[in-house]
Amino acid sequence: MSAATTPDLLRLITCGSVDDGKSTLLGRFLYDAGLLRDDERAGLGDPPDFSRLLDGLALEREQGITIDVAYRYFSTARRDFIVADCPGHAQYTRNMATGASTASLALVLVDARKGVLTQTRRHSYICALLGIRRVLLAVNKMDLAGFDEAVFTRIETEYRALAAKLGIDSVTAIPLSALDGDNLAIRSKRTPWYRGPTLLEFLEQVPAVAENAAAPMRLPVQWVNRPDLDFRGYAGNLVSGRVAVGDEVIALPSARRTKVARVLNGDADVNSAVAGQAVTLTLADEIDIARGDVIAATHDAPEVADQFAAHILWMDEAPLLPGRLYFLQLGPASAVARVTAIRHRIDVDTQESKAATKLEMNEVGYVHLSLDHALAFEPYAKNPALGGFVLIDRQSFATAACGTIDFALRRAGNIHWQALAVDRAARAASMQQHARCLWFTGLSGSGKSTIANQVEQRLHALGKHTYLLDGDNVRHGLNRDLGFTAEDRVENIRRVAEVARLMVDAGLIVLVSFISPFRDERRMARELFGANEFAEVFVDTPLAVCEARDPKGLYAKARAGELRNFTGVDSPYEEPLQPELHLRTEKESVDALARRVVEFVERGSK
Amino acid sequence: MSTLSTLDRLEAESIHILREVAANFARPVLLYSIGKDSSVLLHLLLKAFAPGKPPMPMLHVDTTWKFREMIAFRDRRAAETGVDLIVHINPDGVRDGVGPFTHGASTHTEIMKTQALKQALDKYKFDAAIGGARRDEEKSRAKERVFSFRDAQHRWEPRRQRPELWNVYNARIHAGESVRVFPLSNWTELDVWRYIARENIPVVPLYFAAKRPVIERDGLIIMRDDERMALLPGENVRMETVRFRTLGCYPLTGAVRSTAANLDEIIAEMRDSRTTERQGRAIDHDPKSSMEAKKRAGYF
Repeated sequence: MSAATTPDLLRLITCGSVDDGKSTLLGRFLYDAGLLRDDERAGLGDPPDFSRLLDGLALEREQGITIDVAYRYFSTARRDFIVADCPGHAQYTRNMATGASTASLALVLVDARKGVLTQTRRHSYICALLGIRRVLLAVNKMDLAGFDEAVFTRIETEYRALAAKLGIDSVTAIPLSALDGDNLAIRSKRTPWYRGPTLLEFLEQVPAVAENAAAPMRLPVQWVNRPDLDFRGYAGNLVSGRVAVGDEVIALPSARRTKVARVLNGDADVNSAVAGQAVTLTLADEIDIARGDVIAATHDAPEVADQFAAHILWMDEAPLLPGRLYFLQLGPASAVARVTAIRHRIDVDTQESKAATKLEMNEVGYVHLSLDHALAFEPYAKNPALGGFVLIDRQSFATAACGTIDFALRRAGNIHWQALAVDRAARAASMQQHARCLWFTGLSGSGKSTIANQVEQRLHALGKHTYLLDGDNVRHGLNRDLGFTAEDRVENIRRVAEVARLMVDAGLIVLVSFISPFRDERRMARELFGANEFAEVFVDTPLAVCEARDPKGLYAKARAGELRNFTGVDSPYEEPLQPELHLRTEKESVDALARRVVEFVERGSK
Repeated sequence: MSTLSTLDRLEAESIHILREVAANFARPVLLYSIGKDSSVLLHLLLKAFAPGKPPMPMLHVDTTWKFREMIAFRDRRAAETGVDLIVHINPDGVRDGVGPFTHGASTHTEIMKTQALKQALDKYKFDAAIGGARRDEEKSRAKERVFSFRDAQHRWEPRRQRPELWNVYNARIHAGESVRVFPLSNWTELDVWRYIARENIPVVPLYFAAKRPVIERDGLIIMRDDERMALLPGENVRMETVRFRTLGCYPLTGAVRSTAANLDEIIAEMRDSRTTERQGRAIDHDPKSSMEAKKRAGYF
């Protein structure tokens, strides 16, 4: 079959509210276009009831409503169609989302007498949420509105305003009567003022969605094919771009690079493949790739992240509660996910943002998600295959939500900690103390460790829970991989500050005794703590005095050139500008200074 | 920008589904009914896992009333493809001599097909069973998901279907539960034939017109495939040029008068067709919503 005679495929969704005559429209359209088979025609009865064609479940016929999506298939001479006929009731919004997720066009039905209703807004919002950017506005029951152009124009204008707000780029409005067949397959004589296409003309001419072959290549790996030791293939559907033998590719999230060795379609080697096709790739190098990884173009690879901002539509009877764990399924990739914050709920009827602490079934929210490991992804608007996901309840295995990724949250400030029921205040309270960090800074030999030791002894005697982090000791263990370059000093301080913060979090009074010569690093440490949890203690001893004491003989070595980057000798010490405590060791005894520090601590705990 | 043809898209969608099944389930099986849809399924299965062997067997539930040509074709295809074939026959039905003439079409189908399928799924502990059903076949099928969840009693509950978005399938089930998977959900009968022609897929010769021994009974043209079908007074076996649009138990499957003897002629006939394919199936002319009722009871 040549390409010219091979039909393409248009997938659309029909939505409208209960009495708009949606099933009738579709039934009548198929009837008029000559697309019904004889036995189907006979099943409609006499006179024909077109709605009976689609309401397939016995329950639906009993109640006269549509509960679930019905798929309908037809072909004209020009193309093939798959129509998802969707329920209108608010409680079946989730079923409508099912239909919308695979459609590129929405047929939105409006009753000419009623105009744009709440349901119209909800359906349009759900369509837009799932990425549909093209709408056919079918203004139905024009016969009951006297085929009045003004009525049609008013509805069209109102809907266009809504569509613009929702990000729907393209709207075509058609006046019609489903019952009588006006402007379905046959141009109506009763709407002489209307110059646009009939429904059939529109559906045959509207562009079908083209595969995104121009975008960079992405292959989410579904299946690692290893029939024998000689063959290791990665199978999946290309979701964008094209791939050819010899292409440089990167595997994510591992970020290992290699080249494409073979491209297989079935068992046949081909030179290349394009978006939309199911392929198997073999690679030049043996790198570890598993189901859920993404093979992508090296020059433009997708992001990898474990925290996202996303819209979700909640679909489960049990409401979404932030903090609960769910399975997340993003194409073949899966993870354990937690909604860390509901930023707001969006009223699907009015599109207004509202505060929310949970999401009920059929509600839409804008949330932050945190995953147990990083996945390759793209924003949904850019690539639905790498941005659309579902959440699955871990007990019932129900599909609890669908979601669309907006962007990754990367800044440290956006890293959400698990909300802990027992927090630092609770822990410190049980120890009957005010948890804090006392940061002793000063030159080597200034007396920091001596004073800090004595402070700790005194606090211990008072029944306080303490810990002393000493620079030399830490460098023997946690930081033994670090030297004394400026970079290593920064990292040295960062690690110690983080450890101190965890200990304060645990409720302790932490004494840090570190030269910590740079203001920036001391500020960095300070910023890890809350107000009143950090005190800078400047142990102020003139360099000459320190050098004269030289308890470890380090100044002598530094002066001899045996030690590089020694603070005060060939590396600067930046004095604190506003320390909480300023201890001048030349003027007071160690005992007196230690007492001052203890008094400071005691004051702070009152 | 490239625009793939309908068949390219359907093929890719189906292969994706088959790979999802293999990746997610411990004991998947392909339900092989020998008909044209099964032939397409088997072809897609081979394509999805080439150059490897498909990581699942195929199961044929034999009612003992299939056309003889079907059984011969089944065994030939299993040998050619190397896919493991499991054949299951309901031993209770054989013991009780169940058949369409003695027990009626509904009882025969219930025992030899529905019960037999459940027996086989339970016996081999299959957690995913892939079938060739298409949504365009019947109204309740038009509403069924691609991954169709079944409880431990194999029942379908239409009101509790899981939402199914994009091509992201929720394959998680509890012990004892299972899913039916329909990779051809979005194919039409015409797509199936066009694909068979494009890919040169072998099908049972009964689909092609030939002179066959038939009788007319209850408005259906039945091919008398063996002596178990007793003639009623006034019935005569005539040789007529007929073919079949669907295949099942021969006493329950109506032939159509047709001279379409090759794929091009079948496709041409299909384009002009005025009736749907299930019209030729006696079992589908039960009371209203028969298929929905059967599916809720565990029919495939």
